[in-house]
This record gives sequence, C-alpha cells and structure tokens, in this order.
Amino acid sequence: MALLEVKDLQVRVEDREILHGLSLTVNDGEVHAIMGPNGSGKSTLSHVIAGKPGYEVTGGQILFRGEDLLEMEPDERAAKGVFLAFQYPVEIPGVTTMNFLRTALNAQRKARGESELLVPDFLKKVRSVAAGLNIPQDMLKRGVNVGFSGGEKKRNEILQMALFEPSLCILDEMDSGLDIDALRIAADGVNALRSPERAMVVITHYQRLLNYIVPDYVHVMAKGRVVKSGGKELALQLEESGYAQFEDAA
Amino acid sequence: MNVVLAKTDTGRAVSSSFALARERLPGSGKVAEQRRQAFEAFERAGLPHRRIEDWKYTDLRVLMREVLPLAAAPDTAALSRAETALKLHAIERTRRLVLVDGVFAPKLSDLGKSEKGLSVRTLREVLEAGDGALQSELLASDNSNPMIALNTAMATDGVVIEIANGTVLEQPLHVVHVASATTPAATFTRSLLRIGRDVAATLVESFVAAEGAKAYQTYDSLIVSLDDNARLDHLRLVEDGLEAFNIASAAVTLGAHAQLNTFGMVSGASVSRYQPTIVFAGEGARVDTNGVNLIKGRQHADTTLFMDHAVPNCASREVFRAVIDDRAHSVFQGRIIVRPDAQKTDAKMMTRALLLSDEAEADNKPELEIFADDVTCGHGATTGALDESLLFYLRARGLPEKEAQALLIQAFVGEAIESITSDSLREHVIAAARRWLEARG
Repeated sequence: MALLEVKDLQVRVEDREILHGLSLTVNDGEVHAIMGPNGSGKSTLSHVIAGKPGYEVTGGQILFRGEDLLEMEPDERAAKGVFLAFQYPVEIPGVTTMNFLRTALNAQRKARGESELLVPDFLKKVRSVAAGLNIPQDMLKRGVNVGFSGGEKKRNEILQMALFEPSLCILDEMDSGLDIDALRIAADGVNALRSPERAMVVITHYQRLLNYIVPDYVHVMAKGRVVKSGGKELALQLEESGYAQFEDAA
Repeated sequence: MNVVLAKTDTGRAVSSSFALARERLPGSGKVAEQRRQAFEAFERAGLPHRRIEDWKYTDLRVLMREVLPLAAAPDTAALSRAETALKLHAIERTRRLVLVDGVFAPKLSDLGKSEKGLSVRTLREVLEAGDGALQSELLASDNSNPMIALNTAMATDGVVIEIANGTVLEQPLHVVHVASATTPAATFTRSLLRIGRDVAATLVESFVAAEGAKAYQTYDSLIVSLDDNARLDHLRLVEDGLEAFNIASAAVTLGAHAQLNTFGMVSGASVSRYQPTIVFAGEGARVDTNGVNLIKGRQHADTTLFMDHAVPNCASREVFRAVIDDRAHSVFQGRIIVRPDAQKTDAKMMTRALLLSDEAEADNKPELEIFADDVTCGHGATTGALDESLLFYLRARGLPEKEAQALLIQAFVGEAIESITSDSLREHVIAAARRWLEARG
C-alpha cells in the first residue's frame, strides 16, 4: 500500500479553484520534489495535506496508508505521522520551545496510545538532537521561534522532525529566506533524517535546494495540477528551460 | 435626579439597613460622625450607574440592583464551613489572617507565633479603643465615590497591620475573605497596612466562598502606606462564587524610593469591580501593577485604576491581560495623571484582551493626563481572538484544539504572571490559571 495517495484532488479557496485534479503517489522512504512557479498551487497542496483550515476540498481524496486523511483533524494527522515543515514558522511568545516540544510530543504519543516520555528521557533526547543540528541550548529556553533568524527557524522545524519521527515530511519552500550556508545546514539536517521509513515531499520553486536534497522523483506543477513527472534529471532540465513551457501546456 | 433615585426601593432598603446595622458597627464619637457623613454621601448618590463617567461600563443599578443587608456575625457552623474552604485555598508558609462574613476569625488565623516588628489588630479593636489619628486615617473616605462612601459607613471589621521600620517579614501575610453565610447578605471590610521604612513585605489577599454561600456581596477597602525605601509585593486573588458580587477599592501611598509590585487575578464573582488608587508621594518610587482576568459565562470584571504621579522621578508600569469566554465582559479603565511637578516620570500602560467567543466583550479605557513636559509616557490596548495561524501550527504538531488554545491562553497571561517574584506564589497563580483552563474543558 502506498504511504500517500492524492487522487484527482480539487481544492477551492473562497471562490477560486486552486487545485484542479491533482494526483500524486508517494511510497515509504521515497523523496519527491514538487517544483513549480509561484501560484501553481504547491503550498496549497502542503496545507491541505496537513489540514489547515480555510481550504474547501470539492473533489478527489487523500489517503494515508489507505486511511482518509481529509476526515482527520490536523492533530490526528500529526499523530499518524504527517509532518509539515512550514515555509514561515510562526513565533509563539510566552511558550518556551522546550515546553512546546514536550507538550506536542506527549500529545502525539497519547493519541497513539503510548505513554508520556519521562522528563529526563525527553530532555536527553532533545539535547542530543539539538546538538546534532547545532542548535544552542539557550534557544530551547526561549519562546518558540521568538527572535530566531530565518535559518534558526528552519533548524527548529528540522529539530521537530527529528523528535517526532514522522513517516511523511512535507518541506514547504524550505529554502525561502535562507542564504547558501544556512541552506546547507538545513539540508544536512534533512538528509540525516532520510530513511526507508520516512518519505519526504520537498516543495520548492528553485532547483538549487535539490542539489542538497537529491530527490528520487521530480514533479512539475502548473496551474493546479502535476503536468510532468520524472527522475532527478527533470529538475536540471527545468533549470535550463524554465517553467514557461509547462505553463503554456497546462 | 439623584434625589429622586435615592428614594427608590433600593435607597430605602439600604437606608434602613444602615440604621439597623449601626449598633453593630464599631466606633463612636468622631468615628460615628465619619460614618454618618459617608452614608449621607452614598444616600445622595445611590448606586452608581452608567450615566456617571467612571461607571459607564459597570452600571451597578442594572448589574446589582440592591445592597443586601449586613451579614450576621458567623456562627459555629459558618466558621466550620469557612475552615473547610480555607483548606482549598491555603498557601503554604504564609501567616494567615481570616475574615469570615466580614468578621475577623481569630481561631482560623495564625496569631500564635508573634514576629518582631509586626503588629496585627482588628479594625474593630482599633475603632473601639485605638488612637484618634489612626481611627481618622482608617475612616478617611473619598466620599465622591459612592461605593467607597458606603464601605466607610458600613465597615464592620478588617485587619490593621503595622510593620516597624527595617523589618523584613519572614512570611507573606495572607488575608483571606471567606463568605460563609448561606442566606444572601453583604459584608463590609476595611483593612490597613502600614509599612515602615526599609521594610520588605508580601501581602496576599484572597476572596473565596465556603460551601453554600451563593449570591453574597463583598465590599472591601484596603489602605496601604509604604514609607521610604519600603517594598511590598502584593497578590490579590478574586475567587468568589460565581453568583457573588465583589466591590473593592485600595488606596496606596508610596514614599521615596518605595516599590510596589502588585498582581491581581479575577476568576470568580459574578460582578467585580476593583478600584486601586496609587499615589506617588516621594521621589524615586516604582510601581508595577499586573492583572489577569479569566472570566466566562456572564461574569463582569472591572478594574479601574488611578495612578497619581504627584512627584518627580517615579516609574509605573501596568500590564493587564483579560481572557474572556462566553458572554463575559471585562473592563479596564486606567487613568494616569502626571502632575506639573512630576518631571522625569516614566509611565507605561499596556492592556490586551483575548476574546474566546463572539459574544465576549472587552472595554479598555486608558487615559493619560500629562501636565509635566519632561516625561516618558505611553499606553497601548489591543483586543482580538486567538491567532489562527498559531493555533494551526500547534495543531499541526499534534495538539488537540482545546490543548492548543490552552497553551496559547497560558502564554497570553504569562507575561503578567511572570511579574510575581516569589516562586511559590507564582506557582500558586499558575495552578489557579490551569484549573480555570481545565474547567473550560
């Protein structure tokens, strides 16, 4: 059974249809890149998979290990193993990163019928993951993402990914706002999490990110659907020729 | 107009209540005269209503309708119910002073171990046999405020605490007001805290209900003076029953380089109004006032603050956070006056209201009156719902909706709660806030 099956998905925001019949299948451990110009619906797809309110699904379905993902609340999806790394992670003043991580991890474990992690075990785990990502301990004591640089915010997303151990990661424009050094650190963090048990959908406008996170498959989106799929060489081809040909075709 | 209104049923009822109560009220001579004048002032004005500017959002004629008769002194059963309630609201390692139905309860209070430099008497004692100057100070009354006037007229008991120069109190003082009468009645208390030079003290006030106490009315008034270089940490917790009324005031005066750090939380009472007046009387003093309202149902909670910068070089900060669910109504009125001589005043006020339902209501009225030219003053007020993008972020990380909301609400009130310097008192408040959030379900 496929990990994620998006079938003929149609989505509206207010009165505008953004996705017109999008299909995508992701199996365990695969890394898929979704590329496309601005406004092609890439972020809408990531939001709908994660369950963000404000989108109306008018047709099609999304199955996660055969279960109807659209019937689940966002927190149920997280507990099942769906993780969205946000393009713009929000700042939450007054909630320390440590408290947030522990509350979230325990909420997911509870939803899966697992026991809460004991505080010492949790702290040990967070510290070792944070050290691997070059995240200083004092960042964990601050409000979630408050005063973090763009690079730090993205690393905080990867820290969560490492901690929650999801089976599907959707990386929404992870490269936006990052300089080349910050991008390399983030990509290294993501690559360290690649495993046969963890699939990834990497959403990006630019080919550059895919030099660091090398995908198994590349899909080109234009005007709300996938217009071409191929191997990693498709990304290089796009770099040469641009999106215009696909937009015309769509 | 007022004359006519004073002759309503309410006016007559209060009038006869005062006449009946008079014999039970401590003090004679000048004290009785101060009471009589205060009562006349109340009678002329009647219960304040929305056409009076200060009471625009809290119309007591609509919300409260009448002043209930004075509660009877607590009997053995009432004291026993109070004792049970105290167990729920106890704060460890504090010196507890308990008023049950407005009457000091020595058996429920920690009077055994005396502390050097600390004197605790009851209002009744002082009004019956104290010195004249202290009596006058106790019943000095801003009769232009009808509810303060009423409290002056009817004050039955309270605590009179004096802390001698240079004393550092070992334990916080915890004054607990317990409503225990099972028939609807009113209690009137007045307390005084006189803090000497170089003193460091902590005062906690709790307003709670015993089993069976329902639609009661609590009227309280607190007078505080801080001498030069003194520091007071003050915590005020309104946890009254949800059908109760709590109408209170405080008058605080600060000497030079004195510091007041005060935190108030209202989670109880159907209708509450707290009117602190803070006067800077010496240079270099600082006041931090922080407040949190956690209200739901049809609760109405009003804080009306008056900060009087009368002298130069003083600083004041106000941080108020209101969390309002269902059809509850939160009111914050903060007036800061900077008088002509009060140069180098640094005064800032920030109020934020969080509306958890479409029918929740918040009124914020900051007022700055600045008559000096070399000052730093500012205020800000915001009202809004929980941020949807923050909620989604938390839910996408696995937090169910109510838990995500609870975490954001805790963060919202956190800034005000963080101002409590004592770890154990801060934990006590955080636990109370958590209970409120959990009760939301």
